[in-house]
Amino acid sequence: MTTVVSAQNLGLTFPTGDGDIVALSDVNLTINKGDFVSFIGPSGCGKTTFLRAIADLEKPTSGTLSVNGMTPEQARQARAYGYVFQAAALYPWRTIEKNIALPLEIMGHSPAEQSERIARTMELVNLSGFEKKYPWQLSGGMQQRASIARALAFDADLLLMDEPFGALDEIVRDHLNSELLKLWERTQKTICFVTHSIPEAVYLSTRIVVMSPRPGRVTDIIESTLPRDRPLDIRETPEFLAIAARVREGLRAGHSYDGGAV
Amino acid sequence: MMRSDLTPLQSGLALLAALAALAGLAFSLSTFTTAPLLALVCSLGALSLVRLIWPFSLWLDGALALLGALALVASLPAEGSMPGHHWLALVAAWAFAWLFVERLSATIRLGKLPETGTGLVIPIVFGLALLVAWEVITRGANVPPVLLPPPSAIGARFLAETSILWADFVQTFIKSVLPGYAMGCLAGLGVAILVDRSPFLKAGVMPIGNFMSALPIIGIAPIMVMWFGFDWQSKAAVVVAMTFFPMLVNTVAGLNAASAIERDLMHTYAASSWQTLMKLRLPAAGPFIFNALKINSTLALIGAIVAEFFGTPIVGMGFRISTGVGRLAIDLVWAEIAVAAVAGSAFYGVIALIERGVTFWHPSVRGGRA
Repeated sequence: MTTVVSAQNLGLTFPTGDGDIVALSDVNLTINKGDFVSFIGPSGCGKTTFLRAIADLEKPTSGTLSVNGMTPEQARQARAYGYVFQAAALYPWRTIEKNIALPLEIMGHSPAEQSERIARTMELVNLSGFEKKYPWQLSGGMQQRASIARALAFDADLLLMDEPFGALDEIVRDHLNSELLKLWERTQKTICFVTHSIPEAVYLSTRIVVMSPRPGRVTDIIESTLPRDRPLDIRETPEFLAIAARVREGLRAGHSYDGGAV
Repeated sequence: MMRSDLTPLQSGLALLAALAALAGLAFSLSTFTTAPLLALVCSLGALSLVRLIWPFSLWLDGALALLGALALVASLPAEGSMPGHHWLALVAAWAFAWLFVERLSATIRLGKLPETGTGLVIPIVFGLALLVAWEVITRGANVPPVLLPPPSAIGARFLAETSILWADFVQTFIKSVLPGYAMGCLAGLGVAILVDRSPFLKAGVMPIGNFMSALPIIGIAPIMVMWFGFDWQSKAAVVVAMTFFPMLVNTVAGLNAASAIERDLMHTYAASSWQTLMKLRLPAAGPFIFNALKINSTLALIGAIVAEFFGTPIVGMGFRISTGVGRLAIDLVWAEIAVAAVAGSAFYGVIALIERGVTFWHPSVRGGRA
């Protein structure tokens, strides 16, 4: 199996005027090609920081981190990943299709190839027909789908998603979760997914990384025993509930270590 | 009792208008032959008291205001002061106009009349009422033309001197304001982009720009005349100095308007700083840049006109104003002021229209939430 992301003894400290904040401490993790890995934990546990470190948006202060066998910076320069942020961050002066074209323009794809890729990815996220709309004319769920299409458009093998559905209501979120699974199935991408929802993490992932705060570290890594094909009602099966219980336990263990201060 | 469809303000205005008309009518009976039209309008105005019993359309109020204005202007005495009851008629006509606008805007607010079209009536009525009052007061009270000429005299002077006014407009607006504005704004934009690229320039240029903007225009205008000569070049230079800094400051602020997440996105694409500038930061700075363009459109005109007070060939709006005051040709000065006001408003309006087209996506333009 090919290793996509590998972290060894990774640490990341933010210096502030009020003393250093240890965002990540001694993180060891390997993510293989085709994995769907969820990072779950309370806020401040460093899950987003870890994702940003993979994306070269933050610089680790200790340990080693490699992406596709390169440093994160080389991987970023090689356009190795697509990143989906908490907010859709679509540019309001561009139509949906022009937003999806943005990375393609920057990476120098020909106009013909741009329109072919736009059509393909918009179909992939079920947004066909909304090409000429502006972001502010779409609902929050549709905006986030467009931002996923934008991250998929240049066909990076790795997809980094930072609480992409955090701001959406539960009905839309369920719907997008099952669509995301189908999309993962069709594209065979490696996905790193940050969330603070236990059902979401268990439903989506092949592996669940449980993290805890102060300092941010990995407390448990759970391999999912669920089949790859997951209808939404799999969430009522005993198997699903058992994994969810283990995640909850891992989160609680992280808290008790903290002396119950939270 | 007043009918209940009027607000207290509207009832008060209606009462004031009708009573002033009634009083005007009473006083005009003795001099009926000198101003029969005015007496007629006064009696119609007094008749508006029927609104106590019957509904009275707001358009009737508008018609009364219009008739009153026409009668007042037509009955102005050729010389000497206006008789007392004319002033009562003026009060009545003013109150009718106010009442009309009040009722019209209330009707639009309730959605009974469309905003577009009828909404334009309100500022037009307001402007006309102001002009009529100005005309009647200056002529009726025999205000010396040197203090304030009536609009009719300004209009007549305007029509008589169109060639001079046009030459002044070309000299000041076309030759000084437009090139100066374009150069100042482009320079401000360019320097802002350079400043943004280099912390050294930011530390060095911003205080100098600030210093430049603090220089009084009265001080730099004569110096520019010494540097660039008497003709339009020195005026354009003053305009450049005035418009440069607002554009610089606004653009520097605008280039930082893109959110952290939007910049992170560009970073994940490994976009070059040029690509980030062209595809994210400049478009995001659009509303700021247009703000500066709008501020500068009025600043530029002021700068060029004032600069012409300090040495100029014998043409130009500022030159005409300064010499016009000296020769007591106040109506010509007012005509120049009218040209400047119309040119300045039109300039601003054109920039605002372009802004609507370019920054259509901004919540302030599309009227939505962010």
